Amino acid sequence: MLSIFRNIRGFMMNSWLSKAPEQIKLLVVVVILVISAFLIIRPLLIPDDFGELGHFRTGALNDAVAIEFKYAGRASCVECHDDMTEMLAAGYHKKLSCEVCHGPLAGHIEDSDENEPSFPRERTLCPVCHEYLSSRPTGFPQIVSQSHNSLKSCVTCHEPHDPAPPEVPSECSACHGEISRSKAVSHHMDVECEFCHTTPELHKISPRQYRPDKPQNREFCGQCHTKNASNDTDAPLINLATHETRYDCWQCHYPHLPEAR
Amino acid sequence: MKNLITSKRRDVLKTMAGLAAGVLFPKFLTAEQESVKPMDWADESINYNPHEHTWGMGVDIDKCIGCGRCSNACKIENDVPKEPFFFRTWVERYQVKENGETIIDCPNGAIDGFEKHPESEDVLRSFFVPKLCNHCEKPPCVQVCPVGATFQSADGVVLVDAEYCLGCRYCIQACPYGARFLHPVTKTAEKCTFCYHRIVRGEEPACVEACPTEARIFGELDQKASPLHRFKRMNHIGVLKPALNTEPKVFYAHLDMEVK
Repeated sequence: MLSIFRNIRGFMMNSWLSKAPEQIKLLVVVVILVISAFLIIRPLLIPDDFGELGHFRTGALNDAVAIEFKYAGRASCVECHDDMTEMLAAGYHKKLSCEVCHGPLAGHIEDSDENEPSFPRERTLCPVCHEYLSSRPTGFPQIVSQSHNSLKSCVTCHEPHDPAPPEVPSECSACHGEISRSKAVSHHMDVECEFCHTTPELHKISPRQYRPDKPQNREFCGQCHTKNASNDTDAPLINLATHETRYDCWQCHYPHLPEAR
Repeated sequence: MKNLITSKRRDVLKTMAGLAAGVLFPKFLTAEQESVKPMDWADESINYNPHEHTWGMGVDIDKCIGCGRCSNACKIENDVPKEPFFFRTWVERYQVKENGETIIDCPNGAIDGFEKHPESEDVLRSFFVPKLCNHCEKPPCVQVCPVGATFQSADGVVLVDAEYCLGCRYCIQACPYGARFLHPVTKTAEKCTFCYHRIVRGEEPACVEACPTEARIFGELDQKASPLHRFKRMNHIGVLKPALNTEPKVFYAHLDMEVK
């Protein structure tokens, strides 16, 4: 550095510059000062690791990888839950990662007692993928959730780890959707179908040959709706002996939606 | 005397030229000693040399069901701000009508999936397009960064140095794919990193992990055995805005002309 300045000084002393006007000399000094200030300040402002691997700070790569995992990856789940993952790998959901439904589980891998996975049973999760949308690829299994066994949790009929469509309906609503939808919004929503209709098990396989039965008389409804009925519901009560004795109950009241007129 | 002067002038000119070269092209002086060295990771468990990889992603439009699990997983994995408008990856729904009009919608980045669109009548064809940073081979965002905070790593991944970023938004303007946003808290530019913290440890990006239909394929572009290489061979491949010459590394199979 010193030798450079000595050279420049000698150059200035001996050349035409020594005869140059005063302001030019000043300008040369200013230019030299600016350049040397730039040379001194530049390394101070630029981080040491800048430009080692390219026009960037090498430390930025370390910053980029310093984030903790939230999703552990499906390989981690197999280590403990091999039974479940085997079942999953054989079914339609074989491409599905556990963490899609059960939430990010890197914490669960670290400490399985502290960080419980979520076990979603709501009807909101499955329709994210399986609700009918015209934009979805043809052939992808889709339902219209409003009319598909409404108010039932999906896992009632479908095992999510092996989601083959159920061959035998486990729920009456699978076939009798309209009745079940009416009943679902009525005061009879908590009354099971089988309370009124005794259903042979074979009805699910061969529905016309083995039919469920229907209530035969007024006394059946009277079990809940007479004044002396022993039940703890808020069912409206009548006197069977005086209430429209010439008619059967269902001639006036639709049992699946009794509030309808 | 005259000799002395000329010799001195030559010296001075030489020194000045050297200095100028040193100031203007610092790499020119150092390039000879410096060869490609592997990265020294602060986390010593990482055994990853960026020079040995070239990453890319394949997206199969025909497999995407628009569930939005990818954008949901991305938000969780990378602590992306939860409010809308901040997405590293998102899913768009295209509905091309019979009169040629196209409805594009993306409710909250699709992190809660899609619902039936109110205007979806007379729709000729419709599909979902997952989008993310294209990690361009010639990234416009890197060109415009005034400080070198946005850069391309040796493995082709475009990253942002949050510590070095000024928040000047030039890169957000420059990105033709709208893949960048300004983080509302740190006020620095953010974008998809291909989950760099996962890929250096041998894991797949969170969106690929979460995709239920394998519509996203992540892998090496240069190795013929990689699933991505096969994906590119077996499908008709399109990229977004090819006319811009950015050479994206996100490849779409069965991409519709309508996709912008």
